Amino acid sequence: MIKTFCKTQVEVKVSEDGYLEDMSQWNEEIAHEIAKEIGIELTDKHFEVINYLREKTEAKEPLTIRKVGKSGIVSIKELYQLFPKGPLKYSSKIAGIPKPTSCI
Amino acid sequence: MKNLLILGAGTSGTMMANHLISKLPKKEWSITVIDQFKTHYYQPGFLFLPFDIYTTKQVKKKGEKFIPKGANYIQKKIELIQPDENKVILEGGRVLDYDILIVATGTKIAPGEIEGMDGPMWYKNIFDFYTYEGAKALRNKLREWEGGKLVVHITEMPIKCPVAPLEFAFLADSFFKNKGMRDKVDITYVTPLGGAFTKPKATEALHHLLEEKGIKEVTDFNIERVDYENNKIIDYAETEVKYDLLVTVPTNMGDELIERSGMGDDLNYIPTDKATLQTKDHENIFAIGDATNLPASKAGSVAHFEAEILTENILRYIKGEPLRAEFDGHANCFIETGNGKALLIDFNYTHEPVEGTFPLPGIGPLKLLKESRTNHMGKMAFRWIYWNMLIKGRHIPFVSTNMTEKGKHFETLEK
Repeated sequence: MIKTFCKTQVEVKVSEDGYLEDMSQWNEEIAHEIAKEIGIELTDKHFEVINYLREKTEAKEPLTIRKVGKSGIVSIKELYQLFPKGPLKYSSKIAGIPKPTSCI
Repeated sequence: MKNLLILGAGTSGTMMANHLISKLPKKEWSITVIDQFKTHYYQPGFLFLPFDIYTTKQVKKKGEKFIPKGANYIQKKIELIQPDENKVILEGGRVLDYDILIVATGTKIAPGEIEGMDGPMWYKNIFDFYTYEGAKALRNKLREWEGGKLVVHITEMPIKCPVAPLEFAFLADSFFKNKGMRDKVDITYVTPLGGAFTKPKATEALHHLLEEKGIKEVTDFNIERVDYENNKIIDYAETEVKYDLLVTVPTNMGDELIERSGMGDDLNYIPTDKATLQTKDHENIFAIGDATNLPASKAGSVAHFEAEILTENILRYIKGEPLRAEFDGHANCFIETGNGKALLIDFNYTHEPVEGTFPLPGIGPLKLLKESRTNHMGKMAFRWIYWNMLIKGRHIPFVSTNMTEKGKHFETLEK
């Protein structure tokens, strides 16, 4: 699936449920647009989390809510406040990384 | 004389000892198994113990009985692994040197990770059924419980045997029906996942079963704490679920030994190559079963398939040959659905559970992803297979180590 982001007018490949397929196509403008669709206004704190998620994904480390809670950036509680209802799902979507697969 | 040490005499450790004893030349290799506990539990039986389907005697035996003659068995707590010095230190200070180490220390529940869980109401109206003690205490509770809100709950993934909590909910439905009190019990299934299971196709089938049995689902629930004074669980999004009886699967973590030895991830699981089972940091240390961080189910069937590949890889490692990178994440689980029926699922790293027949393509007799009495008989027969074949390292006829795609109805293949 191809999705065009209005503001930036870039075409990026996304999965069926809207996750970027190539994380290198991501930029902050795109993040803002995805966040707006979800109903989240991004702050610096959001970007700290987003950058952490991107770094760990690049390092091929699996992400869990527990791991983010131990990152020193936010507690799990704060992660929920930043990304209500879908702390890892929404933050991953906004960060332009694949949908986190829950462990089996 | 060279030393091969196996840490842990559970399903994986016992299987490895039995596989290797006949394969390693006795004059060159000494095999030692170390475990702190005397009893070997048939862990799948913990699901049945609370409902008085199995007795306590059916789920435990003396562990030493299953360690092959010719292997040394030490019943002692392990204090530390020193991977850079190839040493294992036991409680009391005894030091064992090894040439090859197999870590099979499993996973256990850590109810202390969630505030209020193992507080004053632990084993009063909050129970686990992943330990012998928990399953037995829950059995005693269920014998006299008069009904109310039963909440079956998963704390966080990964957990050992991810289908067990669902099976528990299904069996509870049957149990209360048979007691003639189903109308007095409200069953709710609470999970941190987006649905009933981790794989979409099976989730769909299981969701229908939950609905059919009148079991409510609460999904995406990430527990923050148990409010044991007001009998409710609360998640990070402030959602609350009330209970009269809470049956929870607490956070699962690898053994503290792994943390003490500095060898684990944030849940004390050992980073392990998912195809060869060699640990990522030390080439003469291998890990198997629940102790690894593999993205496969933490289940006896997985350990069984891993054991066959690990045995070959140990032999290759000794000969200096390249390891076989072939473990595919194969898991095979019966799912009890109550009323004497069960489902069967067969899947691996890349293929989700689908419909079809097992183990013989096109014939069965077991049906995949479909409820049947034959599947239930299979699950019941498995206890005998476990004690008499599986942990003794005997091959189970027709069941292959890698998953077969024959006789299965694949629509789409994941990447």
